[in-house]
Amino acid sequence: MVYLTRKLEFSASHLYHNPALSAEENRRIFGKCNNPHGHGHNYTLEVTIAGEPDPVTGMVLDLKELKEILEREITQRMDHRFLNYEVAELKGQIPTCENVARVIWNLLEPKIPQGHLHRVRLYESSDLFADCYRNGSKGTV
Amino acid sequence: MMADILHIELGRRYHFAASHRLHSVKLTEEENRRIYGKCNNAYGHGHNYTVEVRLSGAVDPATGMISNVADLDAFVNEQVIEPFDHRSLQDEVSAFRVTVPTTENLCMEIFERLKAFPHAKLESVRVVETSNNSFEYAGD
Repeated sequence: MVYLTRKLEFSASHLYHNPALSAEENRRIFGKCNNPHGHGHNYTLEVTIAGEPDPVTGMVLDLKELKEILEREITQRMDHRFLNYEVAELKGQIPTCENVARVIWNLLEPKIPQGHLHRVRLYESSDLFADCYRNGSKGTV
Repeated sequence: MMADILHIELGRRYHFAASHRLHSVKLTEEENRRIYGKCNNAYGHGHNYTVEVRLSGAVDPATGMISNVADLDAFVNEQVIEPFDHRSLQDEVSAFRVTVPTTENLCMEIFERLKAFPHAKLESVRVVETSNNSFEYAGD
């Protein structure tokens, strides 16, 4: 098995607020991230595809094709958007790194034509990220 | 929602600077010099360490979080950053009085200190000693 990773960056704003909690609880749990006007990040996404290289092309998945999938599914949907209000898949969820990584997984997994999605790693900053794997397939990579 | 079939981890990086000297009481002076080279310098030397912590657990639907990052930061600061930052590891951290403060041992010591974090399961600790060296320990 070979693991191929493609990186992309996008910038987006978000805020953390759960309407089921009081204003005071929201401030206590989410701190600065509860600012009602939102704030933004430069996100870095690393998408890892696992598979065997095709014997003819030598590729697990053509990177051009992966780049187009990422552009269509992620960049167009999330880049320079307010995640809470403009990404339908996040409606009703707090757009934490964990939840955004899961939404990205669910968007990409059915679109990968060769090999399979192994890991989605989403960095909100260089010091905070979330990893998403299919249960039981984390392995060593 | 496919949450139940996905395994999600939260990763957080921390930074501290510390000095160390690699010197084993089980070896002679000559062996120490031979094995550890420059790292055996009697006065020690230092690094800017990066500690990458990864946690797993259920994502709480109310908060969207495996663990509140503020809780994790407070725990790591208390257990690792405060006792290690701007310290001499073998002189000021009791775990390294005898155990050589290699980054392998540092990684394992940090894992032991963090595995009691009450809000999520500690998956792994990776310590980056320099941009060319890093070490990872997952508790086994």
